[in-house]
Amino acid sequence: MSTVATNQQTGFVGKASNYLDERTSISGAVKEFGRKIFPDHWSFLLGEVALYSFVIILLSGSFLTFFFQASMSPVEYAGSYVPLKGVEMSAAMSSTLDISFDLRGGLLMRQIHHWAALLFVAAIGLHMLRVFFTGAFRKPRELNWSIGFVLFVLAMAEGFTGYSLPDDLLSGNGLRIIDGMVNAVPVVGTWITFLLFGGEFPGSDIVGRLYTLHILLLPALVLIFIVLHLMFVIIHKHTQYPGPGKTEGNVVGFPILPVYAAKAGGFFFIVFGIVALMASLVTINPIWAYGPYDPSPVSAGTQPDWYIGFADGALRLIPPHLETVWLGYVWSWNILIPILILVVFLAAAFAYPFIEAWVTGDKREHHLLDRPRNAPTRTAIGAAGVTFYAVLWAAASSDIIATHFKVTMEGVINTLQILLILGPIIAFSVAKRVCLALQKKDRTMALHGFETGRIVRLPGGEYIEVHQQLDVYDRWKLVSFNDNAPLMLRPNPKGKITGGMRMRVRLSRWFFEERIAPVTPTEHALELESSHH
Amino acid sequence: MAKNESGPADIVPASGHESSSAIVLGTAVVSPDAYTDPGLPPHRLRVVDTDPKAAKKAERVVYALFYISIIGSVFAVFAYMFFSLDSNDLNSVRLNNLYIGLGITLSLMAIGIAAVHWGKAVMADKEGVDERHPTRGTEETRARALEIFKEADAESGFSRRSLIRNGLIASLIAFPLPAIALFRGLAPMDVDPNNELKHTMWEKGLRLTRDPSGLPIKASDLTIGSAFQVIPEGLIDLPEHEKLDAKAKAAVILVRMNPDDLNWSSAERESWSYQGIVAYSKICTHVGCPVALYEQQTHHLLCPCHQSQFDIENECKVIFGPAARPLPQLPITVDSEGYLVAASGFNEPIGPSFWERLN
Amino acid sequence: MRNKTSRSARRSGRRGPLASIVLIALGLAATGGAYAAFSSVSATAAVDLSSPAVIDEGSKLFAANCATCHGMQAQGTANGPSLIGVGSAAVDFQVGTGRMPMQAQGPQAPKKPVQFTAEQTSALAAYVSSLAPGPAIPSQTQLENGNVANGGELFRINCAMCHNVAGAGGALTEGKYAPVLKGVAAVHVYEAMLTGPQNMPVFNDLNLTPSEKKDIIAYLAYNEANPSPGGLELGSLGPVSEGLFLWIFGLGSIVALTVWITAKSN
Repeated sequence: MSTVATNQQTGFVGKASNYLDERTSISGAVKEFGRKIFPDHWSFLLGEVALYSFVIILLSGSFLTFFFQASMSPVEYAGSYVPLKGVEMSAAMSSTLDISFDLRGGLLMRQIHHWAALLFVAAIGLHMLRVFFTGAFRKPRELNWSIGFVLFVLAMAEGFTGYSLPDDLLSGNGLRIIDGMVNAVPVVGTWITFLLFGGEFPGSDIVGRLYTLHILLLPALVLIFIVLHLMFVIIHKHTQYPGPGKTEGNVVGFPILPVYAAKAGGFFFIVFGIVALMASLVTINPIWAYGPYDPSPVSAGTQPDWYIGFADGALRLIPPHLETVWLGYVWSWNILIPILILVVFLAAAFAYPFIEAWVTGDKREHHLLDRPRNAPTRTAIGAAGVTFYAVLWAAASSDIIATHFKVTMEGVINTLQILLILGPIIAFSVAKRVCLALQKKDRTMALHGFETGRIVRLPGGEYIEVHQQLDVYDRWKLVSFNDNAPLMLRPNPKGKITGGMRMRVRLSRWFFEERIAPVTPTEHALELESSHH
Repeated sequence: MAKNESGPADIVPASGHESSSAIVLGTAVVSPDAYTDPGLPPHRLRVVDTDPKAAKKAERVVYALFYISIIGSVFAVFAYMFFSLDSNDLNSVRLNNLYIGLGITLSLMAIGIAAVHWGKAVMADKEGVDERHPTRGTEETRARALEIFKEADAESGFSRRSLIRNGLIASLIAFPLPAIALFRGLAPMDVDPNNELKHTMWEKGLRLTRDPSGLPIKASDLTIGSAFQVIPEGLIDLPEHEKLDAKAKAAVILVRMNPDDLNWSSAERESWSYQGIVAYSKICTHVGCPVALYEQQTHHLLCPCHQSQFDIENECKVIFGPAARPLPQLPITVDSEGYLVAASGFNEPIGPSFWERLN
Repeated sequence: MRNKTSRSARRSGRRGPLASIVLIALGLAATGGAYAAFSSVSATAAVDLSSPAVIDEGSKLFAANCATCHGMQAQGTANGPSLIGVGSAAVDFQVGTGRMPMQAQGPQAPKKPVQFTAEQTSALAAYVSSLAPGPAIPSQTQLENGNVANGGELFRINCAMCHNVAGAGGALTEGKYAPVLKGVAAVHVYEAMLTGPQNMPVFNDLNLTPSEKKDIIAYLAYNEANPSPGGLELGSLGPVSEGLFLWIFGLGSIVALTVWITAKSN
């Protein structure tokens, strides 16, 4: 440490730091954040994968905006791709082809951009699952869950508007589907599509409008919500997994400078490298094969990008003839029901932290994560939700499943229709039972120790396996979890029992009736006395 | 009965088998008979901490990777210059993509792995511990915040002067309205969308022509098993910006079957066909994809987007999938030269359903 | 190439195989394209289909291999349609691609190893076409020098809805499917369009003119000779295979790397 007063630093770095600090107060930030502790677990890096994918998208996307023309004006393609020479198409499609075939590195940038987009949504999804299954959404982080959920929806919207920009056959049919779906909305549907497409479908405005959304409005919203999201991570500090030395009142990990910066910074380059590798080796979105959008042709195997799959699958699973005429108007249940299912599903996922908080009534702050096995009902609900989403997602590729496994598409669709209802129920039961079984195993380990594999023969002829007690650190991990018990119903001060109270108690029973309590020292002492080992 | 500070006093935890002195918060059970935290486990040294040779090697690996990254970056620039694009050789695009990409990959991955290895094996790995503070402000802070609001309220009269306050709220709600109104301009002003959706280019006497050439079709051009993709006469001559809009409603699929295989609900419907030749709207009544897959032997039409199936033998009624209505049939006949023409326009709106479809 | 100190063996192992896959794919595409262009397991115009000797041989082969389902005079039975008027093109296609003789009843006759030599196929074609006039096997000039761009446009409008824009095949109802078009000889593509095998529509010469058929063939040949410049095509199935690849290899390798990053050093 220098003994010279800090405003007399010599050397270039010293002088530069001084110059900066005298104008920005940055030393305050360094003091506050420079050695801030971040816990170190691989599952905490999933959110970073999403963040870094977004940065990659911004960088590659900015490059593309210098060359892409978001116009539907018809042009005759004059570039070097032979099968489309002389074909009439929009300037959007033509400029995308020029980027791919007549710009060095253009195809690479397109592929980096698209692979990063797929990765962005996938990473958000995995990150959300990690947050859900570890209960990281509990107080004080409910708001951050909500912000994150909004980011999830924004990311899907960004992806959809983005892949519709080249005005190719595949994405054009996707827009056609949106047009048909929104038209089915009662009263305002046809007006909404009319405004969106600037008249009839396809019109000549939609690509330009999606471009405005895709490069200006949506990224601005994503950035704002990312800033909010990270701001809260800093304010709340990151959660940590339970373990010896880790309490609700501390954070154990590595300081930002230098270790965390090295690892997290290095990770950015690694994620970027993986995306670049995929873009170098694997084709994505070959719009030259699809050709320009035209309402007449269509490709077998028309699917949206993976993250829209669950919505497409929901459309496919509806049985035929679901439309009624009532009061002289057409009610398209075959469209309205899937929309309702999707909205309810997303709303339930969005609201889950608040629902769980109401059921448990637990007003404490939680900074130690739950191991999924220690929250069996929550984990089972998550498993059911994932199964529901997965069945809808699989339904989007029903025709490809049929051709690849040599089964009928009708069989695939009928099976998935049944699985949509049965699957989540089965997943719930199985997940809950597995969690309880794992908890029982933990309990046994804490009480009896682990099997050493040494068999000992006692004088009386009996064979026993020697167990070794866990050390105090390993045992702490198995016994330190939150225990919950159901609520009991009593009349309120006014002497009434309301429906809301009844529902709450019933839910708390459903959540916590089957529970495994952690081992206590008394129990353990009793066990040690009575056993022979 | 322990009261919890959180929920209403009426809902109490089921005490179960817990000891009576167990403290509860909502459903949470905090038992006084519990283990205590043993503290952080002892620090474990890494190989690089004890073995100076390993430490040196780790350091060498880190800076070697950084220099390799530079090679990657230089290679990517070199690839950009050397693997140029030849407009007569599609493979040149492939090589350009591959080598610039691999160069960039090497450059990035090497930096990343070097940085991580530096952080893991070369930097000191002592863990740190930060204290957490409750998220809520301290009592003093909150009191001062409350005081500030009270002072501001007293000085402005916000809560007291209801007319001013309500006026503020009302005007703030009203001011964005012109902005909303402006967005009406997204769509043409004097056009009713429902009207547009109910009409197509097809009308009596218009010839059926091939997609995309626009050449007319004679009835004798079709054999049993044929499937023609059809657009109305005149579509290819429309101004550019109208072509696709018209095609999105007027696209038709034309097939010829043995007349005995066609079942009609009425003589009038039968009159819309011509000697086993039938024309149906190609726009799926589900959400609008082209229903172009014709199965010559089963006489099914399949839409590839969501797998709706229509049975041509029975007026294209829906036999599978999410569509709700049969495909509308275009009445056809032949003109004096034997070319297929529309006998009239469609008798119902084509394509996906919408609210006012039947009005 | 660079020091491997990481435990990301999975990642380094992935680089090697992928590079060789790229090379193999390039090699396959080149040889497959060449094969498609030059080989012909089907009849060529060299065999005279009107020769009585050839027709006679054909009738013998027919009686031994086809008559069970198609009838002794090719008039059809409950198990197989009449072949009178299908023409030599239909026979050349079905027998030349191994679809016929059909092994077992099913949703459709799949392509399988060809059972007859080129001469035998010609003989069968000669016999069937002698029963009644029908579509003929195209000549070599009818298969060459088409316009690729026009072919692409026609392919997208008439073929892609069943066969997929890249010819990667697609699902039909009740277990049927439109097959993959890679590796199919030009003459067979022509014959399939002309005769409309099984549930494929019949694209007679008034629907798709011979010139247009030639263009479509040129388009397919171009695609086979020129694999995607973006790299591996993943079966050309579009977003489904891209999504699967991302989750399994992309996210998989990234998660593996996160485990490495946060693991304690030795």
